[in-house]
Amino acid sequence: MHLHISPAEGKPIYRQIVDQVKYLIAAGRLQAGEELPPIRVLAEELLINPNTVARAYRELEVAGLLSKRQGAGTYVSGGGSPLAHQERLRIITERIDALLVEARQMDIPTEELMELIQTREKLLNEP
Amino acid sequence: MDTVSDYVVEVEGLGRRFKRTVALEGFSLKIPRGGVFGLVGENGAGKTTLIKHLLGLYKAEQGTVRVFGLDPVQEPEKVLGGIGYLSEDRDLPGWMKVKELMRYTAAFYPKWDPEYAEKLRQVFELDPKAKLRTLSRGQLAKAGLLAALAHRPDLLLLDEPSSGLDPVVRREILSAIIRTVADEGRTVLFSSHLLDEVERVADRVAMIHQGKLVLDAPMEEIKDTHHRMTIRYTNGQTAKPDFPGMLSCQGRGNEWTIVFQGNVNAAKEHLGNGIEILQVESPSLEEIFVARVGRSISIEED
Repeated sequence: MHLHISPAEGKPIYRQIVDQVKYLIAAGRLQAGEELPPIRVLAEELLINPNTVARAYRELEVAGLLSKRQGAGTYVSGGGSPLAHQERLRIITERIDALLVEARQMDIPTEELMELIQTREKLLNEP
Repeated sequence: MDTVSDYVVEVEGLGRRFKRTVALEGFSLKIPRGGVFGLVGENGAGKTTLIKHLLGLYKAEQGTVRVFGLDPVQEPEKVLGGIGYLSEDRDLPGWMKVKELMRYTAAFYPKWDPEYAEKLRQVFELDPKAKLRTLSRGQLAKAGLLAALAHRPDLLLLDEPSSGLDPVVRREILSAIIRTVADEGRTVLFSSHLLDEVERVADRVAMIHQGKLVLDAPMEEIKDTHHRMTIRYTNGQTAKPDFPGMLSCQGRGNEWTIVFQGNVNAAKEHLGNGIEILQVESPSLEEIFVARVGRSISIEED
């Protein structure tokens, strides 16, 4: 598991961890049953306060993406596919929102944008 | 009433002048036990002056200073016995060898842990036979950190620990701070003008500017309550926006970027109907500092 933390980004550090772990799960790069590094290990690796890692793990547990096994570490929850699907939708929705905002700022109507998406998709499908 | 164990440091109404310069004025601060406390401010803001009061090197001209509930000037042995201190200028005796520094420092501290000291020496890759004068800045910082850590102090005081160091050594110092709190639940007071580092490791942050406390809050709270918002006037207005909680505002014409503390909805209400909000984001600690103090923190070293 490789995470990248950047305080300059402004987003709270625990949130950066939560978002990246969610992304890794959604993208299948973290599999159900896989163990996450212990809090202290990850804190030292990322050079951040251990409490911040603990908070991120807590939040991922509440979201049902991670689960703690008694005295045996933190694991990616099994059967996470519905959540992972939701997460994939959330990520793609964020990208769509950003696209829509930019299109609006560039005065490109949504109909034209839709056409453009379809054209691009055809091009991508061509060998 | 607070018990002694709640706070390792209690400073109340501290004032200090150097000739005509005011170094600290009406300065009050409490540092809770456990965790990393980040003290941020520009060079000359008063950080080192505060730390020297905690060490009993300065006597309070006004106000009171308590460390572990004791006056550091009255009871220096008890206070200093529980503090590990790394000074910004790492004033270590250059003629000593690393192993001599270890033996010499050990003599001052009954709680010195020789095994831990040796482990730190290996982790920091310090040659026991090297004379301190021959060490690089980074190695010297690590030797100083070893001396500060190896008696497992209740309070670790680090004054600008990474100033003038390359990124590799900075990493090692940050990692030592993280290990110290994670291992033992001790308190670290970490003064720095590198806000990126403070944002990484601090549980709580105090901002100090021109001898005064500007902000003192848990990092989480600081991040949750500060926002950077870009707005656009849709009613032809071009006046610079202003509302309670606004810390800084940049822009021109109909588009402005505001850093403020408070609630986004409340800010929206203050700004009225004729605006569109283009973006709301979390500012970094650095941006918050700049917004509060009105200028960028000095990055130059020495």
